[in-house]
Amino acid sequence: MRSERMTSLLWTLAWRNLWRHTRRTLMILFAFALGVWSMIVIAAITRGSMEQQLDKAILNLTGHIQIHVAGFRDDPVIEHQYTLSPAAETALSGKEVTAWARRVRAPGVIASERESAGITLVGIEPEQERGLSFIATAVTEGRYLDSPDDQGLLLGRKLAERLETGLGRRVVLMSQDANNKVGDRGFRVVGIFDTQPRQMEEAYVFIGRRTAQKMLKLDDTINEVAVMTGNRDRLEPLLVGLRAAAPAYDIEPWTVIEPLLVLTQKITDAILFIWYAIVFAAMSFGLINTLLMAVFERTREFGLFQSLGMPPRFILGQVLVESLILLALALALGNLAAWATIAPLMGGIDLTSVAEGMELIGVAPVIYPAWSINDLVAANLLVFVLGLTASLYPAWRASRHVPVEALTRI
Amino acid sequence: MDHTVVLRNVSKIYRQNSLAVTALTDINLDIPKKDFACLSGPSGSGKSTLLNLIGGLDKPSTGEITVDGQRVDQLSKSELAQLRLRRIGFVFQAYNLIPVLTARENIEFVMQLQGVPATERSDKAMEIIKEVGLDGLENRRPGELSGGQQQRVAVARAIVSEPSLVLADEPTANLDSKTAQALMELLVHMNTEHNVTFIFSTHDKLVMDFSRRLIKLHDGRIVEDVRRE
Repeated sequence: MRSERMTSLLWTLAWRNLWRHTRRTLMILFAFALGVWSMIVIAAITRGSMEQQLDKAILNLTGHIQIHVAGFRDDPVIEHQYTLSPAAETALSGKEVTAWARRVRAPGVIASERESAGITLVGIEPEQERGLSFIATAVTEGRYLDSPDDQGLLLGRKLAERLETGLGRRVVLMSQDANNKVGDRGFRVVGIFDTQPRQMEEAYVFIGRRTAQKMLKLDDTINEVAVMTGNRDRLEPLLVGLRAAAPAYDIEPWTVIEPLLVLTQKITDAILFIWYAIVFAAMSFGLINTLLMAVFERTREFGLFQSLGMPPRFILGQVLVESLILLALALALGNLAAWATIAPLMGGIDLTSVAEGMELIGVAPVIYPAWSINDLVAANLLVFVLGLTASLYPAWRASRHVPVEALTRI
Repeated sequence: MDHTVVLRNVSKIYRQNSLAVTALTDINLDIPKKDFACLSGPSGSGKSTLLNLIGGLDKPSTGEITVDGQRVDQLSKSELAQLRLRRIGFVFQAYNLIPVLTARENIEFVMQLQGVPATERSDKAMEIIKEVGLDGLENRRPGELSGGQQQRVAVARAIVSEPSLVLADEPTANLDSKTAQALMELLVHMNTEHNVTFIFSTHDKLVMDFSRRLIKLHDGRIVEDVRRE
C-alpha cells in the first residue's frame, strides 16, 4: 500500500514538473516524436522496398525451394537431369506448398534472321507456373503457353528488340542435347513478355516443358523443380520432409540459392540499425540535456525532499518517471504520426517518373511501404529502454546531493 | 529528565582545498522534550550549522549527536531519511514549499511519504489548515500565497505528522512583524498543545522573546544558555 502511495506521489510530481516549462517539454517531446516518426517511416519504406525486391527475385524463377540433382547449381548443364521420385511428389502434395512445377533448363543460343544471342532456355509447365514465377502474368503481347506440349516460344521484349524480331516471327533455338550433340529447332514467337528487371527479358526464353525435352532428347527427365509455399520464412519443416523423401537430391531454400538476397536483407537491417542509432544518439543528447537542466534547476527542491525524509531512491525514481512519461508521450505521438504518414501510402509510392534510375539501384518504380512488427518493436523498445538508460545519469545526479548543500544552492 | 536532543563534544570544520573553517567547536547541549529553545548569535556564529547537524542534514566532524535516542552521526543516508521522516520537522527561512503542489498537497507530502492512507491524510491536513488559519486557501499553489501564508503552510507541513522535534531556521526572517507575531503564537500553541519540541535559529528579537530558553552562540561556541520560565 505504501509503495502504491509513493508511486502515486512520484507520478504526480513527475507529471507536474514536466509542465513547469511547457515550451521546453514540448520541444523535446516533438523532437523525440520526430525521431520516432522518422525511424518508423523510413523503416516501413525501406522494408517495403526490400520485401518487394525479395518477392520479385523469388518470382524471377527462384521460388522458395528448388530441387536439382547434385552438381547442377555449380554446373547447370543438360547432363544434370533427373526424374522426380513418387516419394518427392508425395512430399510436395502437403498443404504448405502453394505451387510447384518441373522445369527443363539449358544454356543455349537464339537466332533471328538478323541477330543471335546467348540465353537460358526454360521449358515450363504453363499452368503450374501460375503463382510460382512471373512468366504466367508477364506476357503483354500475344499469348501465354497452353501446355507443356505447346510449340510456341515466349520472348522478352528487350531480346525481341535486340534480335529485331517480333510476335508471329520465327526464331531458331540451339542447345547441346543429352547426347552431346547440338539440338536445334525453329519456333514461332507466340508471346512477348515484359518484366523487371529488364535483364530478365534478355536472359530467358520460355517454351513448353515437353517440347524442350524432345528438342534436348531428354525423354521425361528434368533439371529443376521449383516450389512455392505460404511463408518463405518457415521452410524448415518442408525442407526436412523433402530431404527425407528424396535424400539423393540437392534440395535448397531460396536463401542458399540466392545468397545475394539474404545479403540484401542483412544490409537493409544494418542500414536501419545505423539509422536508428544516429537518430537515437541525437535524441538522447537532447533528453540528457533537458533532464540535467531540470535536475540542476531543482537542486534545492531535491535537497528539500531529502530533508523531509524522501529516500534517495525515490528522488532517482522521480526523475526516471519524468523521463518515462516524456518517452511514452513521444512514442505515442511518433507512432501516431508515422501511422498517419504511412497509411495513405500503403497503396504505393509512385516513383515512375524516375523509374529508370530506380531500376538501376534495384528498386521498383512503385514502392509499397511495409509495416514490420519487428521494426516497430525495435524502434519503440530502443527509444524507450535506451531513453530510460540515458536518464539514469541525471537521475543519479539528483539523488546524490548532500541535503544541506542542495538546500543552500541558489 | 527525558531529552529529545543531546550533543556531546560536537565540532564541525568545513574544508575547502587547503583552507579549514571551524564552524562549531566542542558543543555540549541537552534539549529536553517539549522545550521551546532559541539559538541566537551573529551571522557566522554557527546557528544554522548546529540545526543542520541536529537534523542530520550534515555530519559533524567530531562528537556525538543523539535525537530521540538515535545516534544521528552514525546513521546511514537511508536511516537518516527515515529519522527525518518520522521524528523531525523542518521550517526553513525561505519556506521551501514544493511549487508544483497545492498548499494541502504540500502539507500531505510528508504523510504521503510515511504511507498514511489518503482519507486520514486529507482529514489531518484539513484540520491543521484550519488550525494555522489557511482555511479556503488549501488548493492554492505556493506562488499564489503570500510569504506569511507560505510560512504557515511550511509550519503545518512540519508539524502535521506529529514529529517529536521541529527545527526552524530563521522562520520569521522574511515576514513582517504582524505576521511573525501570529506565526510565533501558532508555534507556541503547537508546542503546548501537541507537545512538540522546537529549536529555532534566529536574529529576531520577537522569536527570542517567545522562547523559553535562549542559547547564544559566538564563533561556533555556546557562550550563554539561559532558561526563562
